[in-house]
Amino acid sequence: MKYILLMTGTKAGVETYRAWSKKDIDAHMTVLVSLNQELTKSGEFVATQGLAAPHEAKLVRGLKDGTPVTDGVFPESKEFLLGYWIVDVATPERAYEIAGRISAAPGPGGRATNMPIEVRQFASHGPQS
Amino acid sequence: MIPPSSDLPIGQLLRELTPQVLGTVVRRFRDFAAAEDAVQEASIAAVMQWPRVGVPDNPRAWLTQVAFRKMADHIRSESARRRRETEVAEEAARAPEPAFEATLDGGPPGDDALVLLFMCCHPALTTASAIALTLRAVGGLTTAEIGRAFLVPEATMAQRISRAKQTIRDSGIPFQMPSAEERGERLRSVLHVLYLIFNEGYTASSGPHLWRADLSHEAIRLTRTVHSLQPDDAEVAGLLTLMLLTDARRLARTGSDGELIPLARQDRALWDRGQIAEGVELLSTVLPKGSVGPYQLQAAIAAVHDEAERAEETDWPQILALYELLKRMSDNPMVILNHAIAAAMVHGPKKGLDLLDGLKADQRIAQHHRMDAVRAHLLEMAGESEAAAKYYRTGAGKTANLPERNYLLMQAARLTTMTTDSAQTSTDCAGSTSLKSP
Repeated sequence: MKYILLMTGTKAGVETYRAWSKKDIDAHMTVLVSLNQELTKSGEFVATQGLAAPHEAKLVRGLKDGTPVTDGVFPESKEFLLGYWIVDVATPERAYEIAGRISAAPGPGGRATNMPIEVRQFASHGPQS
Repeated sequence: MIPPSSDLPIGQLLRELTPQVLGTVVRRFRDFAAAEDAVQEASIAAVMQWPRVGVPDNPRAWLTQVAFRKMADHIRSESARRRRETEVAEEAARAPEPAFEATLDGGPPGDDALVLLFMCCHPALTTASAIALTLRAVGGLTTAEIGRAFLVPEATMAQRISRAKQTIRDSGIPFQMPSAEERGERLRSVLHVLYLIFNEGYTASSGPHLWRADLSHEAIRLTRTVHSLQPDDAEVAGLLTLMLLTDARRLARTGSDGELIPLARQDRALWDRGQIAEGVELLSTVLPKGSVGPYQLQAAIAAVHDEAERAEETDWPQILALYELLKRMSDNPMVILNHAIAAAMVHGPKKGLDLLDGLKADQRIAQHHRMDAVRAHLLEMAGESEAAAKYYRTGAGKTANLPERNYLLMQAARLTTMTTDSAQTSTDCAGSTSLKSP
């Protein structure tokens, strides 16, 4: 079963990330890169993608003829999607375990970022039993 | 096994021969991973050479010889610390035993393919690994093809397959036919894996399409092979029949926009009559043979549906009787649900609803969307449109299956717009018996 693990955060939070020391960023990335490698080796990795910082983020709605109407800039406190992982795992518990590892990746001073990771199952056509 | 004809296109010929050759090479060298590489190299050599010089008289012997040579090369290059093994390997490649000669001459090739299948579907493997390994080693699909079929990157699938091989190596599973006592159970594992491959093709667990014919066809092809090797096993024949009869309805199962069409509303002219005839004939030869198992019963139910010219002509009393039998063999809650539908079709919706009430305490099914969907169907049959619409919506909210969700929402919407109009009787309920159980 496939799950998407969504990492969300605020614009303010992204600013803090930018202020991390190089050492902290390296330690953080090392953990995530090795997690990706581990997931590939275990045959569970499907995809991952980080998104550009949300400062240029816009909300778009279309008029009747599809003409885009944009909305933004947004307040610092608004939550944005920052990146995602897609994994193909045997149980929901395994998806939670991976999300836990991502959330526990080290932040400033080596403390876990403890960022919330939203875990959602893929809608599917498959047997549900 | 049907002897492969040299008239077959080379790709198809190779797909038939590869598992047999692989089985022979693994039997000889006991190294699954290296054997697979060697057989792949032999296949590549065949693809390069055969179109130019023609397909050899005995293509299997040709492939086996080339793969043996590659194995010997491989072992030789593994360096001197393994000299003793090398000598054994070279000996093997140079001087085949009499039994091996028989294989080269085109003796019964099937056994090795069957042993290979037993190995790939070994209970030590996770289901996902067993499926991947079976498609790779026995089905002859490339890792990229399997990755595409399950929508994961090729690298991930490659790792999954290599871990499966590692598991086999570590567990020390011998490459041999399981003992007579063990064989029955091991064959059940094989059939289960083939059934899951078929199911994945029948209702793809992710991706934009409701079904993917490539996987169903592969499952049917592999099950045919097992059937040709074990023609007297009634459950093997039962599974093959079940697949044929279910796959026969494939084109009618979705509308032009990929939406789900329940059995009762399918255009039966789109059903594959040839395939239905084949399945029904197979079933009639196997059923009298003795022990009746779950696959045969499910096949028999599929046959009753397939034989009805119109949905209204479905022989529900017979289907109900078959579900009664199946229920005794399996406590699968899906079977119990389908049994409730059949009971409702024979004895009226009240009977079906009573049976559903009996399932309320069953943890495995009580919160399942199918429970709500079936209840909605039965309530609709009973003329309780408002309650039916409510359960259709509840069910729709619980399923992760998109065509199914859309279908349930449409049912709710239809009932809601109809409450003021004269109620139209619906036999859609009949469709749900096959909505999920092939």
